[in-house]
Formats: sequence, structure tokens, C-alpha cells
Amino acid sequence: MTTLPLDNTFDDPTRRAPLVLNHDDFGSVTNTICGVNERPKPPRAWYIAFAISSTFLMVLGVLIGYLFWTGVGVWGNQNPAMWGFPIVNFVFWVGIGHAGTLISAILYLFRQKWRTAINRFAEAMTIFAVICAGMFPGIHVGRVWVSYWLFPIPNQMELWPQFRSPLLWDVFAVGTYFTVSLLFWYVGMIPDLATLRDRAKTKLKAISYGIFALGWRGSIRHWHRYERAYLLLAALATPLVLSVHSVVSFDFAVAQVPGWHTTIFPPYFVAGAIFSGFAMVMTLAIPARQWWGLKDFITLRHLETMNKIILVTGSMVGYAYIMEFFTAWYSGAMYESFAFVNRMFGQYAWAYWIMVTCNVIVPQLFWFKKARQSIPIMFGICLLVNVGMWFERFVIIVTSLSQDYLPANWDYFHPTWVDLTMLAGSFGLFLTLFLLFIRYLPVIAIAEVKAIMPAANPHAHDHDKEASA
Amino acid sequence: MNDGAGTTAVPAQSPRTIPSPSSVDESSEKLYGLLAEFETPAAILSAAKKVHEAGYKWWDCCAPFPVHGLDKAMGIRPTILPWLVLGAGITGGTLGMLLQWFTNATNLELWSGPIWVTGYAFLVSGKPFASVPTWIPVMFEMTVLLSAIGAVVFLLLLNKLPQLYHPCFKNERFARVTDDRFFIIIEAKDPLFYRAKTEQLLTSLGASAVEEVQA
Repeated sequence: MTTLPLDNTFDDPTRRAPLVLNHDDFGSVTNTICGVNERPKPPRAWYIAFAISSTFLMVLGVLIGYLFWTGVGVWGNQNPAMWGFPIVNFVFWVGIGHAGTLISAILYLFRQKWRTAINRFAEAMTIFAVICAGMFPGIHVGRVWVSYWLFPIPNQMELWPQFRSPLLWDVFAVGTYFTVSLLFWYVGMIPDLATLRDRAKTKLKAISYGIFALGWRGSIRHWHRYERAYLLLAALATPLVLSVHSVVSFDFAVAQVPGWHTTIFPPYFVAGAIFSGFAMVMTLAIPARQWWGLKDFITLRHLETMNKIILVTGSMVGYAYIMEFFTAWYSGAMYESFAFVNRMFGQYAWAYWIMVTCNVIVPQLFWFKKARQSIPIMFGICLLVNVGMWFERFVIIVTSLSQDYLPANWDYFHPTWVDLTMLAGSFGLFLTLFLLFIRYLPVIAIAEVKAIMPAANPHAHDHDKEASA
Repeated sequence: MNDGAGTTAVPAQSPRTIPSPSSVDESSEKLYGLLAEFETPAAILSAAKKVHEAGYKWWDCCAPFPVHGLDKAMGIRPTILPWLVLGAGITGGTLGMLLQWFTNATNLELWSGPIWVTGYAFLVSGKPFASVPTWIPVMFEMTVLLSAIGAVVFLLLLNKLPQLYHPCFKNERFARVTDDRFFIIIEAKDPLFYRAKTEQLLTSLGASAVEEVQA
């Protein structure tokens, strides 16, 4: 057995860095990853986190009931800021979801083998983030009992959705995104569910995993079609990611509100989505690899690579901020210029500077290797990025709405306690689902990780072709 | 008649080589096939090439991950799945367009089951009724949606999944197929299958174990 280095963060271009540490053969990989699900009790941290997150989830449920009972007035949405926290939260969560699809689909098309350590739970993160996102438009309609009017269902009123509206494009985009992500995630899990089925010690586990594994037996005839389907799904998910957040950005870009009506929004939003999503992936991956002993798969090299992506997309977001400001100034349009100066020095300047610090300044620390490879520093940076990206959506929506064309309409938007608690509650929903996922489903793509190990290469030199095992 | 010249042995003497595809063995159950276990991807790749060259048709390899080049070595022809997905996508795009055209750009009345469904030509800020640029997002999403659903549905249909029972599952060694072992299964119904000859072939190709699988 070759001794593998314990540190794979070297930058030597003549040597391919190992992506899996301390595991030479496939059996040990299976044991370690399935061990996450098969241990009799999850680590204590899981119970504590689950208690906290399910409390927040229950609070969210109660508040949703309160919202339905009393009405949308429990929120701070008020003239002139008719769009407030709900849409900020919606865009925030949808953006977070996009990193998962990028890791799964786009990095697959770019043949980045290192994605295999993180793609499973990044995809899970996407699904849960889209659930949190889709909840907000679902509950915000006021008359929830007629929210089926959003869909083109025949009715006696000859009533159809307004297909020219981005708000309706959202329904289709987010619905499609959720469905495709779910399918991609599930299809990717089928072989790993089969692994858990074959190792199951109790009848209940064997049957539960067995049903969802669909009887998968690793047949190469099946794998052949599976790989084609996986490639097709990746190729479909890539433009889907780009289109979904572009459509979300159209919610704002097609309006005439100063600060919104700009063509930079689609690429700016997509870059921001990937930026915030990767930060969330890191926020989840760092504790998970520590508490469940997955450091040999989610190695420091993986974390460092993700930090580099965070640096790149953060710089793109910073560039977009500068270009927005430049466009507003260069256009000479009075309302547009005012909107941007107002963001920096007006009544929400505190939010603007939080956003700029967290999104533009803080990630620049990743230029330094020490920051990229230090777990506490990268965790702190990623938390700040999440905060900053929430504030970005807040700044875009609330500053532009609260001070638009007519000064007589200007006012200061206040969130209510329901707004703030529902935001916290949505984190509860997200984390609860994620903790359940870690406990019961394969956290890392077992089959994919095996396929990228050196031992999986059938043409390796040190393998005897007429192998006698 | 035996002329004692010691020339090529006539194989038709022993019952086990009666050329019947489903040779019944000593056990009372029917034989499904032979299962050979291999320990490395290189082993199964070279073995698969030989089995394919030997002319077997009713056989398969099983592995915990898709071994690079194994499907080609087995002679598997590329699947038509991509074409089916293309068809599904085109259907999605067309449906998206028809939906928006009918609902927002026409006043047509269609009988749909118990009710009449009519379009309502929606005039919004003077834009044309058939405003195709605004139709693009929904058409695109419908294309991707139906393509993705089609990819998964056709994948399962072509693979004949779910198939919760398979004779190989009864074999204890086979449980490692999702872990770290590679298998070749040659079914007894293959015209070239002879119980001992096939076993000999598999052993000669480097299998660490060859076992029967009962149907």
C-alpha cells in the first residue's frame, strides 16, 4: 500500500494532488462514509443542533399560522416599501441553492473531480434552500386559499396567469428548479442507497433503503444509461441555474424603480447567488467534516478550492457594485444617480456598509494562503458573507423602494418582530431538514468518490493486466 | 464407433454437455447463471473483453462504480436515452408555447371534459397579444423540466427499474457489489453457456471466486 500524504494542499503542477486521504481501497471508503449513517447514535452536537433548529421550525410554523389568521399586515410591508422581508428572504434562499447545482452540474461538466466529496450535501442544501425560498412567495399572497390562481388551471372565471410577468416566470422557474434538483439529487443517490441497503443490519433499514434504491445492483448496462442520464441532467441543470436566478432578478429589473431597472441584474444576481451559496456550503461542511470524521474526503484542499471560488465570485460581486454605480453616474439620470448616492449615505447607509464590508472587503482575505487554509478564519469569513449577501438583497429592495421618484412618498421601512422571527425560523427549517439528511442519507457520493480514486483506474501501471487478484 | 486412434475427443458422450441452454444441475432449482467475482477494475475490464470476444450475449458485469471503458469492452451499444430526452424537451418547449399562446393571446374556446376552457387575450400596456419574447422564460423552463423528467423516467424504464428482486441478490458474495468487488454474471440461457466450460473460462480470466446463482 502506498503511503498517502496527509496534506494535499500543495500547489505543484507536476503532481496531481490526491483527493482522498488515508483511504487506499474502496472498502474503507464505504466503511467511513456509511459509518456516518450506521453509527448507533449521532454525535452529541447533532442533538443540540437538532433541538435548536426544530425549535426555530416550530416557531416558524406558529408564525405562519398567525400570518394566515391575521393577514399580511403582521409584516412590515407598508407604503412605500410594499416588498420587504419576504422577498428578501426568498431571493436569499434561492441564491443559496444555486451553489449546490453549480457544484453538482457545472463542476461535473468541467470534469472537476474534487466535486465528488461535496456534491451530495451541496445538492441536499439546494433542495432545502429552495424549500425555504418557495415557502415565502407561497405564504405572502394575502389570500392563501386562492393561491392556486398562480397556476394555469382551467376555471369558470376565464382567469389565466399573466404570462408576461416575471412574477409568474418565477413560479415556473423555481418550480422547475426544485423538481430538477430533486431528481438530480435522487438519481445520484440511487447507487449509494443500494450500498446502505446491502449493509443494513435491521430489516427496517434494509427495506427502507431498498425501496428507494429501486433494486440497483451495479449492472454496467444500467451504469451506462445512468451515466448518460447524469450527464444530461448536469447539462440541463447548468442553464437552469443561470436562468432561474436571472428570472428572479427580472422581478426587479423589469420594474421602473430607480436602482432596479438595469441590465446588470441577471449576471450580478447569479454571481451573487453562487457566492452566497458557496459560503453556506462551507458553513455546513466545516462542522460536518469535524463532527462526523469526514476530513479525509472533504480535505483542506477542497476547502481551499472553495475559498478560491468564493474569492472569485466575491470579486465579481464587488465589480458589479462598482459598475452599477458607474452606470448610474455616467447615465446622468437624476433618479438613478440619487438612488446610488442614497444607498451609500442615506437612511440605510448602515446596511449598505455592512454589505460592502462583508461581501467585498472580507473575502479579499482569501488572497492570503494563511486565510485560505485556516479553518476558524474561513468559517468566520463565510458567516460574514452570508450576512452580507442577505443585506445585499435588503439594500437593493428596501432602499430603492423607500425613496423612489416622489419625495412625498418617502418613508423608513421597519421590519416587525414577525419579519425577523420568520427569517430566523426559515433557518430552523433549513437546518432541521439538513440534520435529518445527514443522519439518514448518504452524506458523500460514495460511488462517485470511488470512481475518482487512483485505485479505480483500470489502466494503472502497477496493475497486472492478467490479474490473479 | 471408437476407433481407438486417440484423435479429438467426441464431446457428446457425457450428459453435462448436452447442448441445452438451460442445463439443469444437481440442485432441484433452475440455474440462473454463473457469478464470477473480481477484485480490481483492471481484472474485470480484461475479463469482460474476453467474455465479449467469446461471443456471450446474455451476460452482464456489476460494479460499485462505472469502470472506465467497461461498457465499451462489453460491446454495449450507446443508449438512445439522449434522443428520448430531446423528444421530451421539444415537447416541453412546444407545450410552453401553446399554453401561453392559448391562454394569453387568443379567445378560443375548447371543450375540455366537463367545462369549456377559453383563452383570454390579455392586453397589457399595448404590447402585442402574441408577445413571443416574454414567452421565452416559461418555454425554456418547460423544456428543461420535461427534459429532466424525461431523462429520469426513461432511465428507469430502459433499465427496467425498480426491480426489487434479482436472483443474484440471493448470493452472499454479491452483497459486496455495492462495496468493493466486481462481478461478471453469465446467464444460463445464453446459447454458448455450458456449465463447466463457462466456469473454466471465468476462472481462467482471473476470477477470485465462481459461484452458481439459482433462479
